[in-house]
Amino acid sequence: MSISSTLRSALVAAALGAATATMLAAIVLPGSAQNANPASSPASPVSIDNFTFTPQSLTVKAGTTVTWTNKDDIPHGIAWTNNSFTRSKALDTDDGYSLTFTAPGTYQYFCYIHPHMTGTIVVEPGNG
Amino acid sequence: MSQSDRDDDGVSRRKVLECMTWVGTGVLWTVSGGVPHSLGLMGEAVAQEARGLTFLQISDSHVGFDKPANPNTLGTLEEAIAKVNALPKKPAFMIHTGDISHLSLEAQFDDADRIIAQTRLDVHYVPGEHDFLDPEQKFYRERYGAGTKGAGWYSFDANGVHFIGLVNVVNLKAGGLGYLGADQLEWLEDDLKGRSASTPIVAFAHIPLWTIYPDWGWGTDDSAQALSYLKRFGSVTVLNGHIHQVMQKVEGNVTFHTARSTAFPQPAPGTAASPGPMKVPDGELRKMLGIANVTFKQNEQRLAIVDAPLQG
Repeated sequence: MSISSTLRSALVAAALGAATATMLAAIVLPGSAQNANPASSPASPVSIDNFTFTPQSLTVKAGTTVTWTNKDDIPHGIAWTNNSFTRSKALDTDDGYSLTFTAPGTYQYFCYIHPHMTGTIVVEPGNG
Repeated sequence: MSQSDRDDDGVSRRKVLECMTWVGTGVLWTVSGGVPHSLGLMGEAVAQEARGLTFLQISDSHVGFDKPANPNTLGTLEEAIAKVNALPKKPAFMIHTGDISHLSLEAQFDDADRIIAQTRLDVHYVPGEHDFLDPEQKFYRERYGAGTKGAGWYSFDANGVHFIGLVNVVNLKAGGLGYLGADQLEWLEDDLKGRSASTPIVAFAHIPLWTIYPDWGWGTDDSAQALSYLKRFGSVTVLNGHIHQVMQKVEGNVTFHTARSTAFPQPAPGTAASPGPMKVPDGELRKMLGIANVTFKQNEQRLAIVDAPLQG
């Protein structure tokens, strides 16, 4: 319990640090639909529609911000397997949740309200 | 069962067939020896069963939901409560099988409480997943959790019937369904220990404790364990919400039943791309919302559940 809490804190701290300090890598992603402000990292969308995350598996470069938007008439919430990141608040219709991924790896998540809904974010090295 | 009771059933059964042709809703189910058969419509059923314990189930009020499927969930909850207050026999108490609120906002709980209080009945709650959405997951327990264990499970007795309120909406696992968890299962086993197998049991929880449609999350991962503890009892009734429609199944001595919502209907399993609020023509909505009235006849292992729509 204490080990996973520590790990989680470290990961969150790393993510926060990256979000505020290392925004210099301007990686242009094909299909990066969000027109973010110049200071933020490239963004990549996941829609939540009909109780499904689309795309269900998304591959991004390190440093990418992924934004989930709930298109359903029912709230959803995102929680991370192994508590890799802090879970989102409950997302009502049209609410969004963003997370910047700095460390390469495979991150699995699910809807903590409807746990049969699952998704994966694969983060590849940003400078490779 | 006495001969006169059987005669009662026969009359009602004929009556219900007549009425069903034009009413089409509000059927009373009586379970005798594991075989359900319909008895009659709500009004006459309540009059007939007046000697037993009667309690009410409401579910899925989703106060705060305001999308096209029902922009006025507070209004339909009020209609449901008016229906409760108009019953010819006042129920002993009410159970609410969760999703009181839509987003666990204090104002939504306040509104629900204000309307439900108009029944002046004791209300025994179990939470739905929509009641644990506040960041600290504390509002539900602060309001409804007094005297409960864990996330809010408990049991109580009324008229010789043992009632068990279970919580299967917290600590849900990736890829899973509803979840009771080891602590609650251990408590349940302990709670049932030493009780006579002739004690009628009513277990209630938000998400169905039987697998209805796992693709939509309509089931509970570890319910089989809970049901194994209930197996030895002669009369077990499991009441759930969550799916916003009436479904019933009998397995051995266990009757499973789900209630309508007071807020919005959901599609039948597999008939749409996903679960969720279903928009129906305005004139149809109140036929798909409602309450359930449950009666036990004393000294008989019999249960009657009347599902009454708000309209129709």
